[in-house]
Amino acid sequence: MGVKRWMLWVPLALFAGLFVVVAIGLIKPADRTIRSAMIGQPVPDFALSAIVPGKPGLDAAALRTGTPHLVNVFASWCLPCIAEAPQLMRLKTMGVPIEGIAVRDKAADLQAFLQRNGDPYDHVGDDKRSAVQVSLGSSGVPESFVVDGEGVIVLQHVGDIRDDDVDAIAAAVRGER
Amino acid sequence: MMAEAGLAALWFAAALAALQLVVAALGLRRRPVPDGADDTRVDIRGAVRPVAIVQGLMVLVAMAMLIGVFLGSDMSVRVVIENSHSAKPWIYKFAGAWGNHEGSMLLWVTILGLAGGAVAIFERRLDQRTLIATLGAQAGIALGFYAFLLFSSNPFDRVSPAPRDGLGLNPLLQDPGLAFHPPTLYIGYVGISVAFSFAVGALITRDVGPAFARAMRPWVLGAWIFLTLGITAGSYWAYYELGWGGWWFWDPVENASLMPWLAATALLHSVTVLATRDGLRAWTVMLAVVAFSMSMIGTFLVRSGILTSVHAFAVDPKRGAFILVLLALYIGGALALFAARVGTVRAGNVFDFVSREGALVANNLLLSVILGVVLIGTLYPIGAGAFGVQLSIGAPFFDKTVGPIALILVAIMAAGPLIRWRRDKADAIVARMTWPIAATFFTGAGLFVFTDTGVLPFLGLSLATGLAVASVAPLWGRNWRRTPMVTYGMVIAHLGIAVSLAGMASDSAFTRETLVAARVGQPVNAGPYVVRLDGITPVVGENWSALEAHLSATRGVHTVTLAPQARYFANPVTATNESAILTTWDGQLYTVLGQPDTDGRWQLRLWWKPFVTLIWFGGALIALGGALSLVGRWRRERRVAARQEGAWA
Repeated sequence: MGVKRWMLWVPLALFAGLFVVVAIGLIKPADRTIRSAMIGQPVPDFALSAIVPGKPGLDAAALRTGTPHLVNVFASWCLPCIAEAPQLMRLKTMGVPIEGIAVRDKAADLQAFLQRNGDPYDHVGDDKRSAVQVSLGSSGVPESFVVDGEGVIVLQHVGDIRDDDVDAIAAAVRGER
Repeated sequence: MMAEAGLAALWFAAALAALQLVVAALGLRRRPVPDGADDTRVDIRGAVRPVAIVQGLMVLVAMAMLIGVFLGSDMSVRVVIENSHSAKPWIYKFAGAWGNHEGSMLLWVTILGLAGGAVAIFERRLDQRTLIATLGAQAGIALGFYAFLLFSSNPFDRVSPAPRDGLGLNPLLQDPGLAFHPPTLYIGYVGISVAFSFAVGALITRDVGPAFARAMRPWVLGAWIFLTLGITAGSYWAYYELGWGGWWFWDPVENASLMPWLAATALLHSVTVLATRDGLRAWTVMLAVVAFSMSMIGTFLVRSGILTSVHAFAVDPKRGAFILVLLALYIGGALALFAARVGTVRAGNVFDFVSREGALVANNLLLSVILGVVLIGTLYPIGAGAFGVQLSIGAPFFDKTVGPIALILVAIMAAGPLIRWRRDKADAIVARMTWPIAATFFTGAGLFVFTDTGVLPFLGLSLATGLAVASVAPLWGRNWRRTPMVTYGMVIAHLGIAVSLAGMASDSAFTRETLVAARVGQPVNAGPYVVRLDGITPVVGENWSALEAHLSATRGVHTVTLAPQARYFANPVTATNESAILTTWDGQLYTVLGQPDTDGRWQLRLWWKPFVTLIWFGGALIALGGALSLVGRWRRERRVAARQEGAWA
């Protein structure tokens, strides 16, 4: 077969390259803190249908209206989301527009959830298969994103919003006005 | 005392490995005597085999001593303190011996030593010089890893003063799976070192041919069977223990076991071409080197702490650097030897593209591409990290890249056994493939009409049916009692791939997931089941306490109870989820208990996974096929040997 002599050295050369990369990786331990890759990125295009009667679904265009929004990824089956609800209601009274993405939820459960814990949302989109959640770079619920008037993500908050987080999030929204 | 005896045995084994290497090297340099002259020199080469056997026994003694130290909860030994606790059930003390960095490395070299010993005892066909070179290579590898244990990961290190009790074992590892999964996987993972040493030996003596391939084949097959079983068992273990309902996570460590399997699978097929048709010489040698290199790279990735994972017990860059140097030595050395020597190995037979050989070459190339993709996907984050870019690569990448290539591979795999050696006609092959192709389209049409699945699951299920039909096709029109066992082995292994693929595709196409916060007494739908939360009770185990949910799952008129637990371990303090799984003929109901909320509701995760069990059943079939093939070849050889003896008598 047409195997040239020099080609036999290719595996060794590939291994040498691999060795160098791994050696550098070993000497320079990677920064293991997880940073959001979505900051500064526009929200991906999406259109989620409505799930709560009388409340519109959510699409990307609704986040490009010129005013900043807080996008909250949540679910009725998620218990930290209950803990977070009072803080969302407070943000609402502070004048922050809040949009919801309900992940893998059922309409009846969701309605009961909103009745019990309050409903801070202007829109709630039905993300049946977590597709939009994943495209936003969110790996769990609850998670919240501050999006500026052009639909660019400026802040990602992983986990429930605690009492001490409210001011920082409100400030981030205000800063974008 | 036991720890000291173990350490002594380990040093002794290392010394024997050094001796084995030196004797093998001297033996190979020995000049042949001129024709007719009597060779009166002492033949030291005869020492290589016994030394290899004793070396294997010594390292086995060291492993046994470590297990003894764990069973006796000797809290003056550092690894016991760090990874065990006297209140632990005995099975986890026993298996805990390898549930830590040092112990698992000792298990690694134990299997390496035993594999070398097994070659010394059982290998009778290989040319004497090549065998000595092989055992020399095996000793060379062992020596480096003994040094690694003795100088940077001593499992028998003592601590003074001894603490009152140990810190305990990672609760995720406190499962009977720990007793079986690591040894099984390691037998395959490290057993493939024999193929590496064979390749190095054959390169040194320039003896690559059908005889070499026939000698190497059972070792590759044996290691591959265990690797298959180890991966299958590990996948099921992760599935039920981690409580995520997934069976493969593309975790770097899983990839580290998959890569040698891919290479070994390719090797298994190319070695057959070399043994029967005397083709693919250089390629087979290359694959043998690559297969064990992947094992060593995997070991490095896991043990260096360069990646974070359940399997990475200790993070210590010094250990990583040590293994990296060993890797450079062994893999670099073998590849350099390959480059320098393989050109002098006479080219083997050539063959037509449309032939059994051609299909096997395609199989090899596709397996290699998958291997390359997995390797790049696993190492890319490290490479990017070296340049200050932070990223992670997960299931979406691997599913999209590996999935399509694997499906092409499946199509070729279906046709392969139906193609003749040397030369065949494309239209004849298509004619032989009529039924498999019909089965594929029939299933595809059914899925298209009645279901709504993604593209990959759709193709997966359709091709799995076609492959299943094609796998048994070699048995059509044959006398089944006269069909060689080796053929049955191939049929069953290929059928196993079809079964496993069907399970994977069915899981991703039809799984129904339900997440609820449920009250006691509230019914919840999960696939064909209605699950009711009957109550929550506290339970206490040997070294844990738990909240246990009582679920009654009703389907039609039958009701079954399930009891998933949220467990809390005291040593070390950890919470784990113990899923409860109901297995039926058509799938599994997988239940996990989560957190309570303030007004008496409990978080439940319920999955209905149709035919998911086929994944592991298929894995077991693949291994069974390998075993049949191994036994079949062994019997065939004995028959041939008996016939030869009869002819001489």
